[in-house]
Amino acid sequence: MLTALLIFIPLAASVVVLATKPFLAKFISFSVSLAVLAVSLVTAFQFDKTQGTQFALNLPWVTSLGINFSVGIDGISLLLVLLTTVLMPGIILSSFRDTSKPSSFYSLMLLMQSAMIGVFVSLDGFLFYIFWEVALIPIYFICLGWGGENRGRITLKFFIYTLTGSLFMLVALIYLYFKTPGQHTFAIQALYDAGHLLSSTQQALVFVALFLAFAIKMPIFPFHTWQPDTYTVAPVEGTMLLSAIMLKMGIYGVIRWLIPMVPLAVKTWGGVALSLSVIGIVYASCIAIVQKDFKRLIAYSSIAHVGLISAGLMTLTVVGMQGAMIQMVSHGIVVFGLFYVVEIISDRAKTRDLSQLGGIRNVAPLLATVFMVIMLGSVALPITSGFVGEFLLINSLVQYKLWIGVIAATTMILGAVYMFRTYQKVMSGETNGVTALVNDLSHYERLVLFPVVILIVLIGIYPGPLLDISEAAVKNLLSIYPDLTAVVK
Amino acid sequence: MIFLIPILPLLGFLFIALSGKRLVKGFAALIGCTSVFVSFCFSITLFVKLLYGAAPMEATLFRWISAGSFSSSISFLIDPLSSLMLLIITGIGFLIHVYSVGYMHDDAAFNRFFSYLNLFVFFMLLLVMGSNYLLMFVGWEGVGLCSYLLIGFWFKNQDYNDAANKAFIMNRVGDLGLIVGVILIFTHFGSIDYKTVFSAASNISQGEWWVTLVTTLLFIGAMGKSAQIPLYTWLPDAMAGPTPVSALIHAATMVTAGVYMVARNNILYSLSPVAMELVLVTGLVTALFAATIALTQNDIKKVLAYSTVSQLGLMFVALGVGAYASGIFHMATHAFFKALLFLGAGSVIHALHGQQDIRSMGGLKKYISVTYVTFLIGVLAISGIPPFAGFFSKDEILANAFQQSPVAWGIAVLASLLTVFYMFRLLFLTFFGKERAGEEAMHHIHESPKSMTVPLIILAVLSTVGGFMGLPELFGGGNWISNFLSPVFASSKELRVEHHLSHVTEYALMGTIVAFTLAIIVFAYSRYVSKAHVPAAEGAELSTLHKTLYRKYYVDEIYDTVIVKPLFWLSKLFDIVIEKSGIDRLVNLIHESLNDWSATFRRLQNGYLGYYIFVMVMGVILVIAFSYTR
Repeated sequence: MLTALLIFIPLAASVVVLATKPFLAKFISFSVSLAVLAVSLVTAFQFDKTQGTQFALNLPWVTSLGINFSVGIDGISLLLVLLTTVLMPGIILSSFRDTSKPSSFYSLMLLMQSAMIGVFVSLDGFLFYIFWEVALIPIYFICLGWGGENRGRITLKFFIYTLTGSLFMLVALIYLYFKTPGQHTFAIQALYDAGHLLSSTQQALVFVALFLAFAIKMPIFPFHTWQPDTYTVAPVEGTMLLSAIMLKMGIYGVIRWLIPMVPLAVKTWGGVALSLSVIGIVYASCIAIVQKDFKRLIAYSSIAHVGLISAGLMTLTVVGMQGAMIQMVSHGIVVFGLFYVVEIISDRAKTRDLSQLGGIRNVAPLLATVFMVIMLGSVALPITSGFVGEFLLINSLVQYKLWIGVIAATTMILGAVYMFRTYQKVMSGETNGVTALVNDLSHYERLVLFPVVILIVLIGIYPGPLLDISEAAVKNLLSIYPDLTAVVK
Repeated sequence: MIFLIPILPLLGFLFIALSGKRLVKGFAALIGCTSVFVSFCFSITLFVKLLYGAAPMEATLFRWISAGSFSSSISFLIDPLSSLMLLIITGIGFLIHVYSVGYMHDDAAFNRFFSYLNLFVFFMLLLVMGSNYLLMFVGWEGVGLCSYLLIGFWFKNQDYNDAANKAFIMNRVGDLGLIVGVILIFTHFGSIDYKTVFSAASNISQGEWWVTLVTTLLFIGAMGKSAQIPLYTWLPDAMAGPTPVSALIHAATMVTAGVYMVARNNILYSLSPVAMELVLVTGLVTALFAATIALTQNDIKKVLAYSTVSQLGLMFVALGVGAYASGIFHMATHAFFKALLFLGAGSVIHALHGQQDIRSMGGLKKYISVTYVTFLIGVLAISGIPPFAGFFSKDEILANAFQQSPVAWGIAVLASLLTVFYMFRLLFLTFFGKERAGEEAMHHIHESPKSMTVPLIILAVLSTVGGFMGLPELFGGGNWISNFLSPVFASSKELRVEHHLSHVTEYALMGTIVAFTLAIIVFAYSRYVSKAHVPAAEGAELSTLHKTLYRKYYVDEIYDTVIVKPLFWLSKLFDIVIEKSGIDRLVNLIHESLNDWSATFRRLQNGYLGYYIFVMVMGVILVIAFSYTR
């Protein structure tokens, strides 16, 4: 029941908001997002971390085709649902400018939330696909309607690119569906069973199709070229939705719909996925170093961070997957904060060009401090949230293969290079004509950014409760890889 | 009580940082100093307990990061090694806090300075108190952050920010080695707790290749933090920070973290003769290399910075020959006299309103006599004049090096003698001879306030008598520090072959060095005082050797050409060639070719109703025909 509420409250609200007066739209959306947050917190408190899937709901939908409205929450889902519901009020609050057509804008945001939560809780292949595609529609319109220069061309590319990926996924799911015995069904367990019975070649094909969809969504090198443009051109709320939550759909897809689905292929071809991810870490970090646009730089840093997450996943170890889980949470919070800071600065200085900024610390010390803490989370300094995940991920990769682990770990150095240089260019030095007008954080902005800062530090110091949530689910999921999860000696 | 030691400075940081400008300067200083002082008192209590035979203490706060078989907790270990470190950190930390009250008095960001300083003490305490590798790593990176914040303290100056970035990034290179080493320790031991690892290590046979790998990786971390070749160039630049920072972080405490870490892992290092050799050679080369650069520098703080690099090298020499206690001993005395020298330099700079170039000093001794006398004591101590602190600790290292290899001894002695020369050069050019500071500056010259001179005096006393804690047998001492630390190094001691020098040899070595030292002082005196030689002005023609030393062997330029620029080229290559003209181009090409295809197919949709009906009917016929054929 709680699961259904999490999906349907924002969905219903999105219809309501569309019909309300513009000036009420933001207020209603914010209240709804808080309500959903409350529901998710109730869910979290009732959640038994020792058990598997809970709060399950299974309603027949298209019985003739074996499609059910089947949802449920285990530890992996719960963390991502929480990430979504915690960030959503923040994202709505951060849209401080006068948005044109607020009714449609917030309606789309709520629709987006509903679909993303749906993705994280679906236990039916077809339902998963529906939510997956539904999530794409609002973000497309958000980018198209409220984006910056060249948005038409860029968002179309984004749309087609991700849609192409999804089609591969649909084909794979339907293929598996037809392999289910007896009355065909899209139930996740049946699909797993069907997947396990496939020959290694068949598994490899399914692997490729699913991986493409997920790799494009995250995105993983070399399927990432839609991302920097889209992140840069999207309105800040869109960028936040895309980077803080939506890309986790791709990672979640790998965890839930790829790794347990075709174990033979994952063991054979996971190394390729892992290598691409690791290449992406170094590649995107390097490109980030030479970016001149603040927002674009953060976009590339996101590719690097996601690369580390997916590489860790592919080690198929509890350490790696737990690292991926906590890092998804941390990355969501950190990247949300970073993009917000970018927006605040570019809104006031009227530019995102790093060479024109500088000396903001003199005029806006609080903003500079907040940015510093978020940045430390991004470069994974210990006792920030970023360290917990990054350490576990690098740990899993070093145990996988030492030299691969070392290459992946260069993110520690490269991350420091591009972030600290950015801090220097934006915050330090003498204030100039462009940045003199940047005033410090308003009360309103503090309301959004202080929780971000607190969460970053709090998770860094005491990550135990979050790690505990997903540990059982991760172990359960990896139990089909018994030889790999044993302690590496 | 154990928890309170690190937590108090943390609370101090939080309080000062969160209050911001609302806090009166005096109050911020009070909180900053008190929190460290109380920690110091607690540290003494723990130290006394251990002194009277208490067993090492452990205390666990909570489980920190755990996943699968990996687990780590926030827990502290107080044993002789960490308790000694605690005394140095909180004791000298407190003195430098007090000194800063005077030194930073007129700075607008006074409160910010104290908050950073407290944060630093917190992280440094974590580093030495942590009972597992990961917690040490927290402190390790945390002090790096504070170092970054304090080097770039005056953030309007982009040169300082460059120095800060350089320090952080170069340290991260070392940290990468360290963290991978820690992970490999977990891989092989299944734990990252010191206790578990060290007790399991005693079952490992000497010379296992992976032990060498682990210890080498850990040592890369030490190279970064303790500024050893090749990761040392950040430390001289770090002098951009306020002088108390140079004293506390970049001389007395943080940069010795690498020494602490290697000493802590003595059992692992003793298992790997190759790693020991690496530590020894790195230490020797760094000690000599940095000392030669220090000969020609004209910035009072730069001379001291290179001297620090050189002295750290000497400590690694001690570790490299397995004389762990001697390394720690020298670290302690070095903390006294190098903090003293930096604070003395700060007092000079303060007196001359920011002047740091020794060519524009001279003849200061009668104007700032307290600073002069204390600085002199520091110079005597670092030069190894008996009975000042540096004499005993340095002598112990040299004696140990001699046992291992006379060549190592020779290099270390050479580095020490160079130290004598550049330190007395510094002393004479600053305090003796003609007054070159200009009338305006000499008019305003004044001795520093009590808050600065009292710490100087205390440190001078420590630099004078500090060596007696390691008074060797030779002089009837019991070498207290070595005995105190012996439990920490007990298991690695079994792996070493002990040599003992005869007393005659020991006297002979000592006598030779002291004789040379005195000769060098006389030489320096005649050159810089009697003949009143002043280093060449900027831009003057220098001999090739002199110029090479003055330009620090061009190492910064080499790094820039070999590493920094290529990294940027590579990044540009990725961005412009592979990203934009490669991958993205390909993606767009697919898109365009699809466009061409759809342009072809679009002709099918020509908008003529009749055509559509025709196609539809044909379709229906085909479907029907198809179903009949089945």
